[in-house]
Amino acid sequence: MAAHTAVMSMSKILNPFWGGRLGHTVKVRLVIMYEMLILQPPPAKYGGRHTVTLIPGDGIGPELLNHVREVFRFSCVPVDFEVVHVNSALESEDDINDAITAIRRNGVALKGNIETKHTMAPSVKSRNNLLRTSLDLYANVMHCQSLPGVQTRHKNIDIMIIRENTEGEYSSLEHESVTGVVESLKIITRNNSLRIADYAFRLAREKGRKRVTAVHKANIMKLGDGLFLQCCREVASDYPDITFDSMIVDNTTMQLVSNPQQFDVMVMPNLYGNVVSNVCAGLVGGPGLVPGANYGRDYAVFETATRNTGKSIAQRNIANPTAMLLASCMMLDHLKLYGYASMIRNAILTTMNETRLHTADIGGQGTTSDVVQSIMRIIQSKGPLISEL
Amino acid sequence: AKGDLWLFLFVSRVVGALKKEPPQPRTFMRGIQTVTLIPGDGIGPEISTAVMKIFEVAKAPIQWEERNVTAIQGPGGKWMIPPDAKESMDRNKIGLKGPLKTPIAAGHPSMNLLLRKTFDLYANVRPCVSIEGYKTPYTDVNLVTIRENTEGEYSGIEHVIVDGVVQSIKLITEQASQRIAEYAFEYAKNNQRASVTAVHKANIMRMSDGLFLRKCREAAEKHKDVKFNEMYLDTVCLNMVQDPTQFDVLLMPNLYGDILSDLCAGLIGGLGVTPSGNIGANGVAIFESVHGTAPDIAGKDMANPTALLLSAVMMLRHMGLHGHGQKIETACFDVIRDKKVLTKDLGGNSKCSEFTEAICERVRDLV
Repeated sequence: MAAHTAVMSMSKILNPFWGGRLGHTVKVRLVIMYEMLILQPPPAKYGGRHTVTLIPGDGIGPELLNHVREVFRFSCVPVDFEVVHVNSALESEDDINDAITAIRRNGVALKGNIETKHTMAPSVKSRNNLLRTSLDLYANVMHCQSLPGVQTRHKNIDIMIIRENTEGEYSSLEHESVTGVVESLKIITRNNSLRIADYAFRLAREKGRKRVTAVHKANIMKLGDGLFLQCCREVASDYPDITFDSMIVDNTTMQLVSNPQQFDVMVMPNLYGNVVSNVCAGLVGGPGLVPGANYGRDYAVFETATRNTGKSIAQRNIANPTAMLLASCMMLDHLKLYGYASMIRNAILTTMNETRLHTADIGGQGTTSDVVQSIMRIIQSKGPLISEL
Repeated sequence: AKGDLWLFLFVSRVVGALKKEPPQPRTFMRGIQTVTLIPGDGIGPEISTAVMKIFEVAKAPIQWEERNVTAIQGPGGKWMIPPDAKESMDRNKIGLKGPLKTPIAAGHPSMNLLLRKTFDLYANVRPCVSIEGYKTPYTDVNLVTIRENTEGEYSGIEHVIVDGVVQSIKLITEQASQRIAEYAFEYAKNNQRASVTAVHKANIMRMSDGLFLRKCREAAEKHKDVKFNEMYLDTVCLNMVQDPTQFDVLLMPNLYGDILSDLCAGLIGGLGVTPSGNIGANGVAIFESVHGTAPDIAGKDMANPTALLLSAVMMLRHMGLHGHGQKIETACFDVIRDKKVLTKDLGGNSKCSEFTEAICERVRDLV
C-alpha cells in the first residue's frame, strides 16, 4: 500500500512538466527510489527453500564454507547452495563469468576470497573486483563491534563503515604511455557518489544512528574527492536528524588508533574504505571476527569483511570461522529467515565468550572444528524445536 | 665530431660519478656545521628557540642560520621561496624547519609543496618509536616509514571528463620508484635495521604498483644483507593495529605512505611527538616537525618542542653526530618518563620554557 502511493506520487513528480524544474540530484535519487520499489527481480525460492550461490575461492575459503554448510545442515536451514568453482590460476574469465551468471540467477551469494596472483600479466584482472563491478554491488557494509569475549586494546567500538565498492581507485584502468611511466586512473562520478551517500544515510536512519562521517582527501585531490564530499553534503541536507561531518583520511587513521569510540557511521570512496575497514577490523580483534556484505540494487554477496585468502593457515584447522559464519547470518537476514539467523548468531556469540575455544588469531589455542562443534551444541540445546520454525 | 662524442661521453661519466654521492652520514674534520633554521609560524619560533638552547647546552657543533620562507612571486608570476633561503639551503644542505601555515586564498600552493618542489625532496622518513612515559595503548613500537614524496596519487593531475565524472591520475615512474627503493635500503643499512617491507596494492593496481614492486625487488637484489618482503596495504593496516612490533622499515608510494605514516604517528602518541625528515636530491635534507602551527597557543609559552627536538636529533644522526644525538634524545625521554615537568599536551601543566630547562639540566648531567 505504501509502495503503491509512493509510486503514484513519484510518477507525478517524474512527469515531464516537473521534470525540467528539478535538480539533477533529486532526479537521480528519485529514479533510485523508484527502481528499488518496483523493479525487484523475483527471489530464487521454490517450495520454501532458497537457492544461494556459493563460491569457495582460495585459501581458507573452501574449509570455512564447508563449516557453514555443516552448520546450516545441522540447523535445518532451508537454503540450498549452488557451488561454483573459480580457478584463479587460469587466465580466461569463463569461470568468473559462470559465477556471475549463477549469482544473477539466484540473487544472493556467499563467497570466499579469490586469489589474484600478481605474477601473472596485468591484463588478468582481479576476479573479486570483476564480480563486484559486473553485478554493480555498489555498497560494501561492514559493522565493527567490540565483542565482549575478545581481549582488545580498545573497548566499546561500534562503527559502521560504508565503502563505495565499484569505482574510485579500483577502476583497473591503467596504461603505460611511455616506457617507465605508468598512469592509473581514479574515477569518481557524481551518480555513484550520490548513490553511496544516499545508501549510507538511509542505513544510518534505519539503524537509528546519529552521525555520519565522510572520509576523504579533498585537500589534495580537490576535484575527485571534492566531488565525493559535495555529493555527501547534498544528501546530508535531506537528513536533518543525522549529523554530518567530514575528516581527512590520515587524520581519521590517527583518530582511530587513539580514540575509535568517537566514530559512528563512516562513508568513503574505495581505497580509503580498504584502509579504514582493515584498521577497524584490527581494532576489534582481527580478520577472523568481522563479516562484510556487498549490496547492489538487485544482488547481495556476503563474505568476510577484510577479504583475506589466508593461504598460510589453509588446511590446518586453525582458521577462525566466526567471520564467515556471521556473514552467513547476515545472508539469512537478507533472505528474511530471521529466526535461523538469530539462533546461529547467538550460538556464535556465546561460543566467543569461552576463552578456551578462541582460535590462534585471537590469542587462543582452539581449532576450527572445536569452535564449530561448540556452536552446533549450543544450537541443539538452546535453539527452538525445528518444527516450530 | 667523433672526438667530440668521446669527450662528451667522458665528461658525462665524470659528472655522473660526481653526482652519485651516496647518502652516507657525514664525518667532519673541521668543527662547526652550519644548518639552515626555518622557525616557521605560530608556535614555530618558540620551539625553535627551545631547540637552539638545548643544542647550546649539549655543545653540539651546530651553527644556525635563520631564514624565512614566506612565498614570493618571482618573474613570470611563478611562486617561489625567497632566493636567500634557497641559497642558504643549497649551501648548507641541511635544514631544520618548524610548522608553516598556508593561508587559504593566498593564491599560492602550500608551503610544504613549494619546498618539496624546490629541493626535489623525494623521500619522507618518519621513525616511530614508542615514548616511555607517554602512555598509548601500543607499547614497543619501533618502525620507520619511508614514503615516496613526489609522485603517485598526489601528482595533482585531475580532469573533469564530462559533467559529473572526474578522473584523477596516479603516476608511477620507474626513476622515482628506483630512487626511493635505493634510499630505503641505504637507510636500513646505515641505521642497522633488519628488514624492509614494500607496501602495495598490486592485486588491484597491477601495472602501477607492479612497477613499484619490481623496482623494490631490484633494489633488494643489490642489498642482500637486508631482508625484503612485500605486503598488501590492507594486511599491513590490519596487522599494524594488532601487533606493530612485527614491522621494521616500511617502503611505499605517496598515498599509502601518507596514511600509514600518520597511522604510525597515532600509535606512538600523535604528531606532537613524531619527528620527520625529508631527503632530497643533491644531498639536501630538511628535518621538520609535522604538527600544525597551533595559533591558539602561539606566544603563550605552552608549546611542546618534542617533535622539533626529535627531528633535530634525527638531523644530528644524519650528519654523523651520533654522540650528541643520543645525549639529547636520552635527556628528552628521561624528562618525559619522570613526568614531573610536562607540557599540557603530554598531560602536565608546565610551561614550554620549564620543559626546555628540565631537558637542559639533564643534558648538562650527561655531557
